[in-house]
Amino acid sequence: MSATASQGPPPSSAFRASARRFTRDLRHRGLIQKALSGYYTKRDENKSRFQSWQGARDLAAEIKFEAVNHLDRHLEEFASRIESRGAKVHWCPDAEAARSAILAIARENNVRSIIKSKSMTSEEIHLNDALESAGYGVFESDLGEYIVQLRHEAPYHLVFPAMHLTRGEISDLFQKELGSEPTDSPEELTMIARRVMRKKFCEADMGISGANFGVASTGMISITENEGNARLTTALPRIHVAIMGIEKIVPRMSDLALFLPMLATAGAGQALTCYNTLFAGPRQPGETDGPEQFHVILLDNRRTALLADPEQRDALHCIRCGACLNVCPIFKNVGGHSYGTTYQGPIGSVITPHLRGLQSWKHLSGASSLCGACTEACPVKIDLHHHLLQNRRNAAAQKPLWYERLAFAGFQFLMRNPALYALSLKLGRLGQIFHPLVNGSPLDPARAWTSSRSLPKLAPRSFREKWKARAK
Amino acid sequence: MNGRETILARIREALKAPAPHPASHGAHAPHGAASEHGPDAFRHWLPPVGDSPDDRLALFAKNSEALKTTFVVCESPAAAAAHATRIASAEAWKKVAAHRSPLVESVLGDFPDVLFTDGGFETAALEACDAGFTTCECLVAQTGSALVSSRDNGGRALSVLPPHHIIVATRSQLLPDLSAAFELVESKYGGNFPSMLSFITGPSRTGDIERILVLGAHGPKNLTILLLP
Amino acid sequence: MKISLFVPCFVDAIFPDVGMAAAGVLERLGHTVDFPEKQTCCGQPPFNTGMWDPAREVARHQLRAFDGVETLVSLSGSCGAMIKVFYPQLFAGDRDEKSACDLASRTHEFSDFLVNILKVEDVGARFPGRATFHDGCHGLRELGLKTPPRKLLANVRGLELIEMKEAETCCGFGGMFSVKFPMISTAMGEVKCDSLIETGADFLVSNDSSCLMHIGGMLEKQGRPRKCYHLAEILAAT
Repeated sequence: MSATASQGPPPSSAFRASARRFTRDLRHRGLIQKALSGYYTKRDENKSRFQSWQGARDLAAEIKFEAVNHLDRHLEEFASRIESRGAKVHWCPDAEAARSAILAIARENNVRSIIKSKSMTSEEIHLNDALESAGYGVFESDLGEYIVQLRHEAPYHLVFPAMHLTRGEISDLFQKELGSEPTDSPEELTMIARRVMRKKFCEADMGISGANFGVASTGMISITENEGNARLTTALPRIHVAIMGIEKIVPRMSDLALFLPMLATAGAGQALTCYNTLFAGPRQPGETDGPEQFHVILLDNRRTALLADPEQRDALHCIRCGACLNVCPIFKNVGGHSYGTTYQGPIGSVITPHLRGLQSWKHLSGASSLCGACTEACPVKIDLHHHLLQNRRNAAAQKPLWYERLAFAGFQFLMRNPALYALSLKLGRLGQIFHPLVNGSPLDPARAWTSSRSLPKLAPRSFREKWKARAK
Repeated sequence: MNGRETILARIREALKAPAPHPASHGAHAPHGAASEHGPDAFRHWLPPVGDSPDDRLALFAKNSEALKTTFVVCESPAAAAAHATRIASAEAWKKVAAHRSPLVESVLGDFPDVLFTDGGFETAALEACDAGFTTCECLVAQTGSALVSSRDNGGRALSVLPPHHIIVATRSQLLPDLSAAFELVESKYGGNFPSMLSFITGPSRTGDIERILVLGAHGPKNLTILLLP
Repeated sequence: MKISLFVPCFVDAIFPDVGMAAAGVLERLGHTVDFPEKQTCCGQPPFNTGMWDPAREVARHQLRAFDGVETLVSLSGSCGAMIKVFYPQLFAGDRDEKSACDLASRTHEFSDFLVNILKVEDVGARFPGRATFHDGCHGLRELGLKTPPRKLLANVRGLELIEMKEAETCCGFGGMFSVKFPMISTAMGEVKCDSLIETGADFLVSNDSSCLMHIGGMLEKQGRPRKCYHLAEILAAT
């Protein structure tokens, strides 16, 4: 079920309303803090095992730069090599093309049951809705995705879809939807899901996966996971469909020796994720099992629009590790669902205006203190927080808000006039005498501040006045 | 224009404007040149792997412990077979699966009911097996991983469907790091790759419920690696 | 050395003693300090809002105000970063680009200046008490200033520095962000305040008064006030 309604309040209002709700929810904030504290410890442990994490970041940034800035060449090589082994590559300029391609595959092959492993790209194109509308049963096999699927919710976090739920809530969910016995053991809950999914893996005709990387030089896709559900999704059903954003390309298979550990460390605080699997084609002659058909859906869906912005092109270096979400104080306080769009956190705030429209989605770039923790955390050194600033600039240049123009025209006038500025400080001191009359009330012009903070007082003498007095 | 031409045209148009090079916002590594990012460059920054085969064996053992992989250094195939028999008894196995390989068969010895998957198999039959025995392409000391392929190590499902996966490997298969593993794959298969290559790093796991680690999510709950001389 | 002070507008208007303290410290170390009085604002508010044209005109005035300055010391990490990191971008392709880059190279945040330029870590200060330090984000990440403030505080007689768990986490001020998204700003501030209180420290120190205004204001409103000092005020005390 998608998080975005085609009718309803505009995204910026929905964001504000959700942010207001979640920032007040101390229980939710506490839950997320707790969930992330273990990640921080393990991430730091694994980072420190690197001889130089910073050196690794530089290399990773270089390689992704090479990949993205020669994207056409790499994609052509990727496609021709993987097709030489019997895979079929579908080049999909937009979400509609991708959905159509996948529906056609299902139709032409008399598919009845579909099993999916985790793919944020499939969320982006609202694939499940399209498949279900066409009458196909779709099962999310990743535990977190399965849980949010049962709840008809969007994934909360790029990497940890059910991060916002307690074991009690999950137990209630399973009891309601699966008729299982209540339990407060994460192990037992996992085993319940395991039993359900095992049947689905064995019965499904088609397995749909994402792809973390596409290797140009050997024509392979690479899937990273811990649960083994992608391994099963791609082993048992007779058709494998992999959806991959075009920007996921890396030039060489050997590059993965750097990216796989970095993805694991930054994304999950692990040295390496449990299963890192390369797929080079459908079942090859002489192999015992594997899908008869292997389809790769290459998705553009406005990634080329981002590519065309040289200032922000590096946002396409993203390996979807989620590290930026994990360190973002905005994310931790408003929660993943407030973003109202597929990609949350800093990377989501940077790219969503490009993918879905600048004016409608600029508010995500505005809702940031630009602290830079995201840029610091990014394993491929995307200049995330500066891109938020650039989105703000681009949005203002494209469609300035009249009240901002007016306010800053006034600001400019004042600040270019030192005598006037000094006078305004004196006037301010006068004005603040009256502030207590309205403090905290609906008439208070500083209400946005004073609702949670006491208002600072202008000093009886400003610095410049004191300095001048000192000189005498 | 078809989808392919549309996308490629968009890309070429977009790339006409050059993007600033990453080094322009603060490189830390002395390596800057684009050509210098092969495995040697990686080895400067990735975790160290020790110099000798013994160091690497110790590192692999240490990693296995952290991952909850049961790693057993066996003096001989007979010792390995004995170990396998002990697990079978402790876990009350009724049926196991394997692929035909001298290495695997050398430790299977005693097992009465073995499903050999080589000629094909019924999914239900494999699903009913308690354990799956495979060889591997190599072991990786740096990460405690085993690399399996769909060509030489029993296909795709054998190493992931049964709840206990047993890998039979030899000392010479232990490589220092992932780069070495990729080098092996390139030199062994060079272009004619198996359809699947998978690095397995411990038993299956999830942290999706309150970020608490649970083993055996969908893949095997137990991973045992028997290392023969 | 002849040092010019860059006194951010909120220091000028609300925390003038921070400026006086900084001047005091630099003079005590034997340098001449002046205050180019035509300075007003670095231009960060319109800049962060995305209105780069008015930001540039305000910044251009600031360039003129600092014309001829040998060394400019900033009393704020965020305003310091505005000049040092963002002026070159703001003036890229503009007639004042060279002037902006020149000024950027001659600008230093206060703790950076003491430790990395003057090579001084002990300024002879005395300020007994248990303190905790808040890393202003611009100072920390745009200017790389994790260690200079701590080196300076380590030599303040009688001062015990207790690190808070969330020292590097953004306090939620973020300039206009604090009033554009007050609910998020408040939530972030709450996390910071709780972490501060948890240390048991008597007072808070930072190299950015704007953060202190937000954190201090929140603590006061919460009924658990703590004294907040800019680093310069601690170092000025003897």
